[in-house]
Amino acid sequence: MTLAVLNIDWQTLADATALGAIYALMAVGIGLVFGVLRLVNFAYGQLVMAGAFALALASQWGWPVWAGIVLCFASVLTLSLLMDRLVFRPLRGHSPAVMLVATFAVAFLLQSVALLWFGPLGKIATSLAYLNRPVTVSGVDIRKITIVAVVVAAGCLVALSVLLERTTIGLHMRASSLDFQTARLLGVRANRVIGMAVLLSGALAAVVAVMLTVQTPLVTPDFALRDTIIVLAGVVLGGMNRPIPATLGGFAIGFGTGLLGGSLPTNQSQYIPSFVFGAVILVLLVRPGGLFTRGRAVERV
Amino acid sequence: MRRVVALQELLGPAALVIAAALVGAIVSTSNQTYFTDALVKVAIVAALYLFIGNSGVLSFGHISFVAVGAWTAGVLSVPVSEKPAIMPNLAHVLRDRTTGNLGSLALAALVGGVCALVVGLPLMRLSGLAAGIATFGVLEITHNLLRYEEKVGPGLNTFSSVPETTTLRQAALGALVVIVVAFAYARSRFGRLLRATREDAAAARAVGASVYRQRLIAFTISGVLAGLAGGLYVHLLPVNTESVYLDLTFITLAMLVVGGATSLWGAVVGALAVSALDSYLAVAENGTSLFGWQIDLPAGTRVIVVGILMALVLILRPSGLTGGREFRLWPRSA
Repeated sequence: MTLAVLNIDWQTLADATALGAIYALMAVGIGLVFGVLRLVNFAYGQLVMAGAFALALASQWGWPVWAGIVLCFASVLTLSLLMDRLVFRPLRGHSPAVMLVATFAVAFLLQSVALLWFGPLGKIATSLAYLNRPVTVSGVDIRKITIVAVVVAAGCLVALSVLLERTTIGLHMRASSLDFQTARLLGVRANRVIGMAVLLSGALAAVVAVMLTVQTPLVTPDFALRDTIIVLAGVVLGGMNRPIPATLGGFAIGFGTGLLGGSLPTNQSQYIPSFVFGAVILVLLVRPGGLFTRGRAVERV
Repeated sequence: MRRVVALQELLGPAALVIAAALVGAIVSTSNQTYFTDALVKVAIVAALYLFIGNSGVLSFGHISFVAVGAWTAGVLSVPVSEKPAIMPNLAHVLRDRTTGNLGSLALAALVGGVCALVVGLPLMRLSGLAAGIATFGVLEITHNLLRYEEKVGPGLNTFSSVPETTTLRQAALGALVVIVVAFAYARSRFGRLLRATREDAAAARAVGASVYRQRLIAFTISGVLAGLAGGLYVHLLPVNTESVYLDLTFITLAMLVVGGATSLWGAVVGALAVSALDSYLAVAENGTSLFGWQIDLPAGTRVIVVGILMALVLILRPSGLTGGREFRLWPRSA
């Protein structure tokens, strides 16, 4: 059972889908904060890394799985609120470029803190390792985590879209990402909306941390750094301004890199980053608003 | 009189570089490396300033030109007899040739400039966030290609056997050359036009300035200087793809932001101040004493301190330590 033309088997396809699902969640996490703050959070990967270290510590201390996941959520949410309070809030209103540089600094800062605490070799999170075992679905071996990742990501996205479409705070968030000033004039509370976006984005980072540590149990200080860079590219590809295009962009880039990485020989797949970023630059030049959006271009000269 | 006033803007940065070189000349040989390294950083940051400071457009991609310059100078200066050991898959054109020190630096600058021109041709149409992300893409692509393209360099290996010709004096001379070029550019018609587009793109266009062309000129000159700095860097210490990637991008951007991105004075002050702090912490990570206190900082403290400093400056004093103003001996009104 193979797609013989592209030399892709079903397992690669399933793994690529799972990677796409995880990247889609990261893209939503980055997109939510960008929507209300116009801030590209370069330090998003370090939130995931913090959650992963929480899981690793919990499994080292012999905590049960649920306690590890609670610790992961608690630490990621605390860290994202701290980040908002200490860095994002004082920088509110600065140009997007300044904020990008600032989160770049925060990313390096957090990475070094992790290096200091946990050392360059990192720690191993083993408590969820059983999810890596395969199950057989109509003759194809698929790792359980692949199914879990797709299901969880779909669940998160549905829950999020219900929140955005059906609740007052969701309405406020959508209004704020269209036009923050006008939304405030009409009575939307800035701090509450931003706080909500930061919390949701942090919760997604925690979910991503859980799923990535299952796939890569070795947690090092640069955990999720490469993923964040690729997801950022995906978000730009899809279109920064709207959540759905950003999600699609994240999924597309995860699926694409997963598929190419699984099917190409190493001497070609090592150049995937070049293809990905070449595509990003091309999209920025041809369709500055993103592939999956209509109208409203990014500022250009 | 105006010319004298203008020259003092060059005097401050140049004096600071010379002072750093003189101090470097009297300290012990082991500490001298820190000064030489700081002077190469001055060259990189001044090159960054030339584009980012004058145009107001963010670039995460300049370290690619440093990398390309380092690769050019490195490949051309490894002795022919040692090339097969470090770079077994090198292209034939490069395998049988070596150049002298100055030749390799000149070619590094040339290749840096050509790369910047080629990259800038499409990219200079972007501004703001889009420019930030696109130039970041350039950095990723350069890093990826240099890492795996073994025809043009050592790939994953480290550039060993490059003659270590970047002495304190050469680094100081290199930094001075970059500073003088950056100063001359900022004073020139092009520099003024570019700063006009930074302040108000619409007004600048109304007086006939082409935002795209001015940015492209600055980007190319900046690429030349970054390539030269890269050449100096590879002659200073054994470089590999990781040493001209995210870490160097972070530290040089931090230097520019801490000093004040909109002035040459800010770039030089920032580069030297952050270098001093960074070197001191590097020494302290290996254990040192200050006023009788034994200090033994754990590895990783450097980046934390520099990161906090950068975030603090961005929040409390977004225009940098110098306020983004040029050096003046006496106040403007006098």
